Amino acid sequence: MDVVVYFFLLGVLARLLRSDLRLPEALYETLSIYLLLAIGLKGGIELSKQPVLALAPQVLATMALGFVIPFVLFPALRFLKMNGADSASLAAHYGSVSVVTFAVGSAALTRQGIAFESHAALWVAVMEVPGLAAGILLARWATSGKESVSGTERAVSQWRTLAHDVLCGKSMVLLLGGIVIGAVAGVEGSAPIKAVFVDPFKGVLALFLLELGLVAGGRLGEIKRFGAAVLVVGLGAPPLLALAGALVGVALNLSTGGVAILATLAASASYIAAPTTMRIAVPQANAALSITAALGITFPFNIVMGIPMYIELAKFLTT
Amino acid sequence: MNKHPKKLLVIIAEAALEKQLEQDVRRLGAQGYTVYDVRGAGHTGEREGAWEADRTIEMKVVCQADVADNIARHVLQAYGQHFGLTLFFADVAVVRPEKY
Repeated sequence: MDVVVYFFLLGVLARLLRSDLRLPEALYETLSIYLLLAIGLKGGIELSKQPVLALAPQVLATMALGFVIPFVLFPALRFLKMNGADSASLAAHYGSVSVVTFAVGSAALTRQGIAFESHAALWVAVMEVPGLAAGILLARWATSGKESVSGTERAVSQWRTLAHDVLCGKSMVLLLGGIVIGAVAGVEGSAPIKAVFVDPFKGVLALFLLELGLVAGGRLGEIKRFGAAVLVVGLGAPPLLALAGALVGVALNLSTGGVAILATLAASASYIAAPTTMRIAVPQANAALSITAALGITFPFNIVMGIPMYIELAKFLTT
Repeated sequence: MNKHPKKLLVIIAEAALEKQLEQDVRRLGAQGYTVYDVRGAGHTGEREGAWEADRTIEMKVVCQADVADNIARHVLQAYGQHFGLTLFFADVAVVRPEKY
C-alpha cells in the first residue's frame, strides 16, 4: 500500500477513537487548492511536449464516459428501490470524478514503475462536468411533474447559475488553470516553481488524506442509517465502472498505466464538485446518502483495494 | 443616545444556499447582511463544517419588521422543505435607522 494511504487510515482511526484531531478549515482549503493546481500544472507541463489536437479522441471519449455512467447507474439504483431524485444525484457523483483518487492512483503507478500518459490530468479536468450534467438531466426527468412547475424563465436562470457554478467552480478553475499555465510555461518556464508544486506533492497529498480520513470516518456511522443498498452501490459500482473505464482505455490504445488511470477515474466518485452542485440542482435528493456512498464507502474502497485491482486489470487487458 | 427599534433576522442554513440567500434578502428589501461560518447540530443531524458539502452559514439581517417577515416567509417557502434551516427573530435597537 502506498504510504499516503496510511495517513487516510490514520484519519479514519482518529475519528473512530473520537480523537479531538481536527484540521483547521483554512488548511483544508489551502491543501485542496494546492493539490488541484499541482495536478493541473503537472499535466499541463507534459501537455506542452506534445501536439494537443492529437489528444482530441481521448478527450471526447473520456467526456462521453463520464456522461454515460449516470445513465447506466440510474436504472440500477432505481432497481435498488432508491427514489428518482436520490438515484439521479448519486449517479452524478459517480459520473464525475475524484481528483484525490486520481492522485493516489498515479502515485501507486509511479511507485510500481508503470508508465502512464503524463497528461492524464487533462482527462480528470474534462471528466468532472459531463457526469454532473447527466445527473441533473436525469433528476429533471425523474422528478418532472412531482414538484410544482416553476416558470420557464426561472428554470433557464437556474440552469445558467448552475452552469456558471460548475464551469467556474474552484476545482475547474484551478485544474484547468494549472493545465494551461503548465502548457504555456513548459518544462523550463515552470522550473522555478517546481520546488513548491512538484517536489512536496506527495507530502501534501498525505496531509490531505489525513483530513479526508477524518471526514470519511465520520460518515461510517451513517452507513447503518441507509442500510444495505448504500453498501451495494458503494462497493459494487466502482469495480464495474472500472471495467468500463478500462475497456474505453484499451479502445483508445492507452498504455497499461493509462488504462489503469482511466479505470480509476471511472470507478471514482466526486465528493467535492458533485455534492455542492447536486445540492442546488436537486435539493430534494438526500445529500447524506450520496456523500456516505461516495466518501464513506467508495473512496476508501478505491484507495485501499480498488486501485491495486484496477492496475492488475489494466495489466491483464494490455498484455 | 437616540435608539431606534429594528428586527434582527437570523438565518442558519446550509452553505450551499449562501449565494441565493444573499440575492433573496437584497431583493426583498434588506440593505445589508452579515454572514458567518458556523457549525452545530439539529434535527437533521450534525454539521461539522470540515469540508465543502458540510458547511453551514449564519446570516444576520437587521431590517424593518415587515421586511424581516417577508424574507422569513420566502426563505421558508423556497428552502424549508429540502434544506437544513433555522430562523429566528430578535428585537434590536440601532442608532442610525436609515442604514436598515
